[in-house]
Amino acid sequence: MRSEYKLIFERSHEGRRAYDLPECDAPDAMDQIPEELKANSELALPEIAEVDLVRHYTNLSRRNFGVDNGFYPLGSCTMKYNPKINEELAVAFDDMHPLLDASMSQGCLALMKDMEDMLCEICGMDAFTLQPAAGAHGELTGLMHIRAYHEHRGDFERKVMIVPDAAHGTNPASAAMAGFKVKEIKSAPDGGVDLDALRAAVGPDTAGLMLTNPSTLGLFERNIKEIAKIVHEAGGLLYYDGANLNAIMGIVRPGDMGFDVMHINLHKTFSTPHGGGGPGSGPVGVKKHLIPFMPVPRIEEDENEMYYLDYNKPESIGKIKSFYGNFGVIVKAFCYIRSLGGEGLKEASENAVLNANYVMNKLRGVYDIPHDRICMHECVVTPTEEMMKNEVHTSDIAKALIDRGYHPPTIYFPLIVHEAMMIEPTESEARETLDEFVEAMKGIAEQVKTDPAAIHAAPVTTPVGRPDEVTAARKPIVKYEG
Amino acid sequence: MVPNDRKYTRDHEWVMVEGNVAKMGITAHAAEALGDIVYVELPAVGDEVAMGESYCVVESVKASSSVFSAVNGTVVEINEELDGAPEKLNEDAFENFIAAVEFTEITEDLMDADEYEKFCEEEA
Amino acid sequence: MKSYVPNTEKERLEMLAEIGMQSMDDLFVDIPEDLKLSRPLDLPKALTETELRELISCYTIMNEEGGPVLRGAGAYRHYIPSVIPQLAMRSEFYTAYTPYQAEMSQGMLQSLFEYQTMICRLTGLDAANASVYDGATAAAESMLMLRDNKRKKKILYSAGLNPDVITVMKTYAHCAELELVEIPLTDKGVTDVSAIAENMDGAAGVIAASPNYFGCIEPMAAIAEAAHAKNGLLVAYVNPITLGVLARPADYGADIAIGDGQPLGLPLAFGGPYVGFMAATKKLMRNLPGRIAGETRDAEGNRVFVLTLQAREQHIRREMASSNICSNQMLCAIMASMYCAVMGPKGMKEVGEQNVNKAHLLAKKLTAIDGVKLRWPDTPFFNEFVIDLPDAEKVDKLLADYSITGGLVLPDGGMLWCATEMNRADEFDFICDVIENKGGEE
Repeated sequence: MRSEYKLIFERSHEGRRAYDLPECDAPDAMDQIPEELKANSELALPEIAEVDLVRHYTNLSRRNFGVDNGFYPLGSCTMKYNPKINEELAVAFDDMHPLLDASMSQGCLALMKDMEDMLCEICGMDAFTLQPAAGAHGELTGLMHIRAYHEHRGDFERKVMIVPDAAHGTNPASAAMAGFKVKEIKSAPDGGVDLDALRAAVGPDTAGLMLTNPSTLGLFERNIKEIAKIVHEAGGLLYYDGANLNAIMGIVRPGDMGFDVMHINLHKTFSTPHGGGGPGSGPVGVKKHLIPFMPVPRIEEDENEMYYLDYNKPESIGKIKSFYGNFGVIVKAFCYIRSLGGEGLKEASENAVLNANYVMNKLRGVYDIPHDRICMHECVVTPTEEMMKNEVHTSDIAKALIDRGYHPPTIYFPLIVHEAMMIEPTESEARETLDEFVEAMKGIAEQVKTDPAAIHAAPVTTPVGRPDEVTAARKPIVKYEG
Repeated sequence: MVPNDRKYTRDHEWVMVEGNVAKMGITAHAAEALGDIVYVELPAVGDEVAMGESYCVVESVKASSSVFSAVNGTVVEINEELDGAPEKLNEDAFENFIAAVEFTEITEDLMDADEYEKFCEEEA
Repeated sequence: MKSYVPNTEKERLEMLAEIGMQSMDDLFVDIPEDLKLSRPLDLPKALTETELRELISCYTIMNEEGGPVLRGAGAYRHYIPSVIPQLAMRSEFYTAYTPYQAEMSQGMLQSLFEYQTMICRLTGLDAANASVYDGATAAAESMLMLRDNKRKKKILYSAGLNPDVITVMKTYAHCAELELVEIPLTDKGVTDVSAIAENMDGAAGVIAASPNYFGCIEPMAAIAEAAHAKNGLLVAYVNPITLGVLARPADYGADIAIGDGQPLGLPLAFGGPYVGFMAATKKLMRNLPGRIAGETRDAEGNRVFVLTLQAREQHIRREMASSNICSNQMLCAIMASMYCAVMGPKGMKEVGEQNVNKAHLLAKKLTAIDGVKLRWPDTPFFNEFVIDLPDAEKVDKLLADYSITGGLVLPDGGMLWCATEMNRADEFDFICDVIENKGGEE
């Protein structure tokens, strides 16, 4: 049933209220603030009774879809199940002020330190900072380390960051933000880094290479040793985009592959909920030679085995966020790692890869698979030529999936695959879920032949139809005007 | 139809020279390839532009595309209509210039209308 | 051992067989053997839920909490109405990702649109984005907005900004090769407006906070005037919980308003997750970084919300994007929006007044102690103020012995105190007793 849903502002009735405050036990002091510094009107906020507010958001939530609702194979986003115990335990630290004296926050500091150590072991790195708030923020932080490393050696010529054309958009954007020029290199026909293109790209201006491995095609970069060698011999450093870490935990480690610096998305690999687009957390790991540049403060232990925050790191890049990171998110990821242990993490990766290969195998012949070899935790498929002849594109297939109860895969990414659909099932899905999804994909393929108009009309089961995005962008309305 | 009163670049831009001022825009072919244009990030009057470098960005819903200059010089006029009505580029890309530049040098790598039409055919 | 993998061993083997493999190892043949980890990960052993609960208690016990808190300095203890965490825990919200598929994400998109509207109404400005990581990164992003809009690399900032915010700005500015110029404070604890006028040449704008880090309410109208006089912009860094009682950024001419939304219904949580908000005039809307929700229609004419103006963002512009932000703090933004809806106009005013009243009472009681003085007695403040006293470190330790988190000791020996609606007058008396009696009556 199609229906509009009132905005909270449209539910306002003068005089209604949902708040209460204790009677103020301090005398009125508003006269201490001069009139010209005060607000000259009441805020134009809604006036709502509590029950109306609760129903408003509860009903809004029913117009949304999360992992708890169903299969969410959004490639590169690792939409795995978010364990409930982690949510419950994370709130235990909610009342901790970030500027407490270290003597009063030993528990928080110890947890963070323990988390750093576990991430080092999982990734084969020498030190981790938990400060970055998200993956892109981690990228920026990691690239700042590379910049600081070169500058510290007095080498100011290394201004070029090499980024493969298959990379996430955040990679070139982060590189530009860190002050690098971006040099894009084309992928080889097999989807990997083109070694000749890389050799031609490196030089005395090379600051480093950013790489996702497994790549955004879901393929492991078989030439990783050679790639590391080429970049290192040219004097550059290797950055690991950890978006796809869920494929390799306990199997191979970025540090052992030759990467100098990396980030992790705790909200992907380590099961913290995505929150509708945040908050995430993007810890950054480095090898020994980059430790001096890590953001302050660092958590250190004194001679009495007490943790303290050390701001005295003269070569540090500085700070990239207030306080110490998205602590509440870090606690949830910590709980996940402690629940699974080393074996459990490996089991997660193995099953993530198994599930992706299982889906890919079943879609073969129904959809095209541009790089058809063993994939890692995700696979990339495309509509067949015949579907395209019926004017059915990836976006139409995505909309048809919505009507069948699934969140669509990531679409039109990676950019190097025309009409890409990137499917990442994660280890959280049972075989029958995958089977049913494959049947839905096959059903869509069938309907493209028999009734393409129905595919173009999709979705029909949602509260609203396809939005007019052109008008939204040409004449943007970004707030309620009533 | 590609008008023959102007020249064309390999990046699907047009340039029309009047005295020492070059009016520049994108071709209908470029506008069609972009789809519904939703925003034109115009340069400012007084900006220096350089041959082969971007002086404007044209956005569709899911893409953004740089527009490159065919000349070295200074922007003397911009088509402010595009600010509120970017769809004009979809409606008639040749009638709607983006910027006029008082130039000191113009690229030699330009095609006339016939050559450009052939170029587009070959590209397809 | 806990496992969140539903498939049984038997099912896994069957699935492997179906793709022509014998074991899990066959899936990883693309990885060079000599790179593979030849041993199990050396992590503490897996825990059951019960054991995990006990483990987390071990950490919480190592913390010390429960006493009065009179510290702010960028993170504020306010009452969080219980509807907020409960509604935010609707799993359709918190287990979703970025609402790229609008038709099945109307709940999140509409909530964001409402959040943006709330931020616009708090600040008086025309457009807001769907959030950035926190107040400090909002300040860093605002520098890039100034640079892009004015095409100038010089930016002035007030020494009254939170030092954490300044450090983050400097980190970003180094990369963007911006020239940051610090404008000092006067002997009244507020930004020196004449120094702005002296330094504005060639600058894109000014970033100033009100109330500033030291609690002082700044003469923002005069700062705006000084920036505008030289064709610059004003970025106002504000504490949103002040905006029911203090002048709003648009009222005093700010072009951009930013800040940390933590006071609006988010727990302290040892520093995060919080939410950075950013609002701007219509002219600057396209310079806002990151996601923005917008209103449009479907084919039947229903109102629909979508992510819009996406061609500004990293996934489309790649290295040409002015910000790299992708994930932001969506759920926190929605919690802040819920807070505004719970409080409404009256609640926002009342909570603001209570903060002012309590802080002034605390200041009065503290300065009644011999040797304790307000550093800037003539400067108006909201809920924070600085006192000077003979030995701040000693007082801090003394209070800690009573589990009191008192004012933050500043590097110059002052103490930055904060009182909110969560503090009571009898707490103030107790604190003053402890300080006056030097803890001697224990």
